[in-house]
Amino acid sequence: MTCDAPAPAAAPERTEWRSHGPRRRSTRALRVRTSAALVAATVLAVLLVPPLVQLDQQAVDLAAKLRPPSWAHPFGTDDVGRDLLLRCVYGLRVSLLVGVAAALTATVVGTAVGAAAGALGGWADRALMRVVDTFSSVPHLLLGIFIVTMFRPGVWPVVISVALTHWLSTARIVRAEVLSLRSRPYIDAAVSGGASRWRVTVRHLLPAVLPQAALAAVLMVPHAMWHESALSFLGLGLPTHTASLGTLIQSARGSLLAGQWWPTLFPGLFLIVPTLAIAGLAGAWRERINPRHRSELML
Amino acid sequence: MLELRSITAGYARNAPVVRDVSLTVAPGESVGLLGPSGCGKSTLARVAALLHRPDSGTLLLDGEPVRRWRHRAPREKRTAFGVVFQQARLSADPRLPLTDLIAEPLRATGRGDEVPGRIAELAPVVGLTSDLLTRRPHEVSDGQLQRACLARALVLRPRLLVCDEMTAMLDASTAAALVAAVEDYRAATGAALLAVGHDRTLLRRWCDRTVAWDSLI
Repeated sequence: MTCDAPAPAAAPERTEWRSHGPRRRSTRALRVRTSAALVAATVLAVLLVPPLVQLDQQAVDLAAKLRPPSWAHPFGTDDVGRDLLLRCVYGLRVSLLVGVAAALTATVVGTAVGAAAGALGGWADRALMRVVDTFSSVPHLLLGIFIVTMFRPGVWPVVISVALTHWLSTARIVRAEVLSLRSRPYIDAAVSGGASRWRVTVRHLLPAVLPQAALAAVLMVPHAMWHESALSFLGLGLPTHTASLGTLIQSARGSLLAGQWWPTLFPGLFLIVPTLAIAGLAGAWRERINPRHRSELML
Repeated sequence: MLELRSITAGYARNAPVVRDVSLTVAPGESVGLLGPSGCGKSTLARVAALLHRPDSGTLLLDGEPVRRWRHRAPREKRTAFGVVFQQARLSADPRLPLTDLIAEPLRATGRGDEVPGRIAELAPVVGLTSDLLTRRPHEVSDGQLQRACLARALVLRPRLLVCDEMTAMLDASTAAALVAAVEDYRAATGAALLAVGHDRTLLRRWCDRTVAWDSLI
């Protein structure tokens, strides 16, 4: 008969609490601060530079055409001698205006459709969501081109084109939120208290989905700026004499082939840097209001 | 008078939660509905309060059949019921201070001018002090929030109260205070009560008549 030796005392099971660690937290803080500084710089530049500097961005100086960056022209000059720094700031102003206006319009339309579909339910929900599916089935750049060609070139046709092709995702987000909220007991309490469908939507449902809708709007701004640039680059957006980041890149194509890199590089940077900055801030906001989902750049 | 006749209701077409259940609540009567968790008594309470359309069966309110539920039900029929739900946390809009929470049914029915008077009347009845009334739901305890939810249910002076496990999440003293507030209101107005729960002792002491879920099926 053997006697089993007593088992050695089991080491106490250790629970490891994993934190993201100071390095990751500091990286995130750095990202947020850098993004905030860049967004602030962008907004200040487009708001303050044109009225304060009082320089003519259209001033042509053929004697100084296609000059590389220098102290006199930090971003160089374009093919008719216009200062590229000034043109980029004016272009950013137009692109940002289009981005913000299109994002706001798309968010208002998307929120209205999504809230109506979610709050009404039944056949109205099915009909509205089939409209969303139909719009989603067409590539939105193609649909945007179709819409923009129906108008004379200008800022507002581009805003309408981008807004009408970008309300779909907001409508889906808002509908999903409203559907989940609609079955909560506090909505039952409101119904039992005599609230109309309109009152339930406006008083209880819309305020609850507003943070998500606002976040979608902020994330849509850089996306709309890229669409404006794409349409202008294709020659379908803004007229060529209006400085926008898309028209600047489009008119610089020829000089790029001739080895002059600055007329393309700087407008491109003016598009990429604010995009990343806005997306960085919006991503931090999303992580804050909904920590379960990691942010993603919506481009 | 509330009559539920052969009610079948549920959340999926082919899987009813409540099958062929009948129940009557006479004017001024208090009926306790006893049943284990998950048996369908809350669904029946929602049907009775016109918040859930049954798959089949008839609901008679004061002898008149009800044909529409939720928003489609006429407002005067919906507001004939005062409903208190089990989880106060989920049945209060997190953005509204308690005053607005209680006043919401008055404002929704176009009687906003009565708000100060009714709040001043109801706050002591349910045991809410004036400093609590300015707080939002996350700033008060479950018991305090349930008191506000009871005040909201009473604010339109309903003829029939539906209390769906109103005291299930509360301590004994808060539960007793809420039951006392309901009974004071019923004594003053002659309102009927349908109290749903699984606490046999409480329902037997509280209600005129107690109905076991098994006896309804």
